[in-house]
Amino acid sequence: MALDKKQIAQRIARELRDGYYVNLGIGIPTLVANYIPEGINVVLQSENGLLGMGPFPFEGEEDPDLINAGKQTITTVPGSAFFDSAMSFGMIRAGRVHLTVLGAMEVSEQGDIANWKIPGKMVKGMGGAMDLVASARNIIVAMMHTNPKGESKLLPQCTLPLTGIRCVKKIVSDLAVLDVTPAGFKLLERAPGVSVEEIVSKTAGKLIVEGDIPEIRF
Amino acid sequence: MNKVYTDASDAIADIHDGAVLMLGGFGLCGIPEHCIAALVAKGVKGLTCISNNAGVDDFGIGLMLQQKQVKKMISSYVGENQEFERQLLSGELEVELIPQGTLALRCLAAGYGMPAVFTPAGVGTEVAEGKEVRRFNDKEYLMEMAFESDFALVKAWKGDTHGNLIFKDTARNFNPLMAMAGKITIAEVEMLVPAGELNPNEIHTPGIYVNRIFEGRNYEKRIEQRTVRPRS
Repeated sequence: MALDKKQIAQRIARELRDGYYVNLGIGIPTLVANYIPEGINVVLQSENGLLGMGPFPFEGEEDPDLINAGKQTITTVPGSAFFDSAMSFGMIRAGRVHLTVLGAMEVSEQGDIANWKIPGKMVKGMGGAMDLVASARNIIVAMMHTNPKGESKLLPQCTLPLTGIRCVKKIVSDLAVLDVTPAGFKLLERAPGVSVEEIVSKTAGKLIVEGDIPEIRF
Repeated sequence: MNKVYTDASDAIADIHDGAVLMLGGFGLCGIPEHCIAALVAKGVKGLTCISNNAGVDDFGIGLMLQQKQVKKMISSYVGENQEFERQLLSGELEVELIPQGTLALRCLAAGYGMPAVFTPAGVGTEVAEGKEVRRFNDKEYLMEMAFESDFALVKAWKGDTHGNLIFKDTARNFNPLMAMAGKITIAEVEMLVPAGELNPNEIHTPGIYVNRIFEGRNYEKRIEQRTVRPRS
């Protein structure tokens, strides 16, 4: 069975290491914060100017001056720090943020990512995504393997306007975990009960399958 | 030296048609809501607005869009505003979408007296079109120019009569950067105190960057996405 959104987040959370500073994008990436493994301490960066983002506030304790990059009311954890937008993207640009997790509409076999614009349809803007993908040390994409029409989102080349080039390192989709290597997508793990054949058929870009591919265990 | 103005309409009285404005804030957090209300009341038109977002339909810069006061927006994300999208698709409004970190850097460059800065954000994308690309240590960077603006409108938590500013929580965001970048900077604050009452160690924006300051009353501080968790 394909992974649901929570399971995708849960699998990505296993990539966290103690001491990581992490930026989580909007959507599935945000859920990663719910599955941080025992014994691992990470600091969540919110690019609107906070290190040490905590959970949503209790009802009645919302503060309009304290929001995350998705404009949601949040809290801080002990040891947090506020800063301005230039410092926020400065620490991202300088490579201090260890891991960025974000969603994508398309990823190419070279690691290019498209997630900010559909010409003629969606004109919302890139926000901080272009800065994050241009500079983060490690970038993991959380997404569905195919679009609602059933077409692969893992492509030889992106067809939508790019957010960044040669930057995605790993993809966790509802069907599989893949590394992006110089030779193409490398299949590492498959969702429980999902066959290698199904993943092959739903991956339009070059896919490397070597040896037995283990199932993701929860 | 008198930087203190009575209210927003007094502080923005000389903002003219066609002016280039910077407006602080991220979403609706830390926006200069009294200056925006005064601009709407004044009816000044043909504005270029540099701001990370464009407000929502009935608050923030959205109020100026409703009155068709904005000619051009320079922003990184404008997804929360239907009137914005309508004006954009109909060609009434010009928009330049730029990466959020680039927006911050171009403010920073202006405030630090640097004509241009280099950033990897947007390399290989349509953001790079027409821009100079420079290679440093085997990585490509875009040359981005410092913003030029007539007025910066910022919102702080506390300020003093010398224009020193302290921001609160994530309402800081672009405000200190834009305060540094404006040709004339107008700060609205929740609490205005006499010079000497703020701790100099805690000042985020030194008063040299602030030309005008006033205390705003009854801030609405609207929340865009109210998210809470249950008490268990």
